[in-house]
Amino acid sequence: MRTIWIWLPLGLFLAFVGLFASGLFKPDDRVIHSRLVGQPLPAFTLPAAASDRPALASSDLATGKPRLLNIFASWCVPCAAEAPQLMALKQAGVAIDAIAIRDARPDVDGFLRRYGNPYARIGLDARSGVQIALGSSGVPETFVIDGRGRIAYQHIGDIRADDVPMLLARLRDAQ
Amino acid sequence: MKLILALLLALLAAPVAAQTALPPAPWADRQIPDAAQERRARALMETIRCLTCQSQSIADSNASMAGDMRSQIRERIMAGEQPESIRAWLIARYGDWVSYEPTAAPILWPLWAAPLLLLGLGLLLLRGRIKRRRGA
Repeated sequence: MRTIWIWLPLGLFLAFVGLFASGLFKPDDRVIHSRLVGQPLPAFTLPAAASDRPALASSDLATGKPRLLNIFASWCVPCAAEAPQLMALKQAGVAIDAIAIRDARPDVDGFLRRYGNPYARIGLDARSGVQIALGSSGVPETFVIDGRGRIAYQHIGDIRADDVPMLLARLRDAQ
Repeated sequence: MKLILALLLALLAAPVAAQTALPPAPWADRQIPDAAQERRARALMETIRCLTCQSQSIADSNASMAGDMRSQIRERIMAGEQPESIRAWLIARYGDWVSYEPTAAPILWPLWAAPLLLLGLGLLLLRGRIKRRRGA
């Protein structure tokens, strides 16, 4: 009995070393997923963010067919990097709407002229209110919205070329 | 005189040229006139984690998203919403992670129990010592 007590502090010490070492060597994961995945989109109405695209409301997203909702901003560099992939998705027949975060109409117009415009509707979220309501923590993010207006999937970060088939599969699943 | 006028005009021109750079949200860095409401908003902001700078609270962070969250919290407090209902609303979107305030969720029970357990262990050790000394 006594010998167990003598070894206890060393055992505890080693357990803590193990705990800290596992924390040190585990890859860092700072991605914050929205808890609203699987739930209906929160209701919102936004003004138009671009001169040649209509405004966006949550009711526009429940159309009976799955759509993509892209969260972007003209000041965001990875958003420019994912533009060709969004174009490829559009060419594959996907309907894409967007919300421009903390943006202004002349800047959005300039961004779309430069990188192309794959969007059907673009809402302007000047104070990130809708972004916070969606549980989105940055730009760019892309939500798959099913036909009933529920969030089926959230893609965090820019869409790389090899994410396109995965997103197409998610859209098919959301039918 | 002309020079002064030109300089004054230059001062006016600067904000016009900068119109696309978005100013911070109205209540991001402005206190609520009612001191009690500001105190409540402040206490909440200090326990909500910034999504951009993840080890800071939104009260401490200069990230634009933190500014937008501060502004939204102040506006909702001014509209009469309770701080805890705003916290619950945020947790429903970002998970427990977004709040610095520990909850009573089962995963945290060891955290709450640890002080009691350690105190009990200490008392036990102390009793053993005292008994031994009396015996000697």
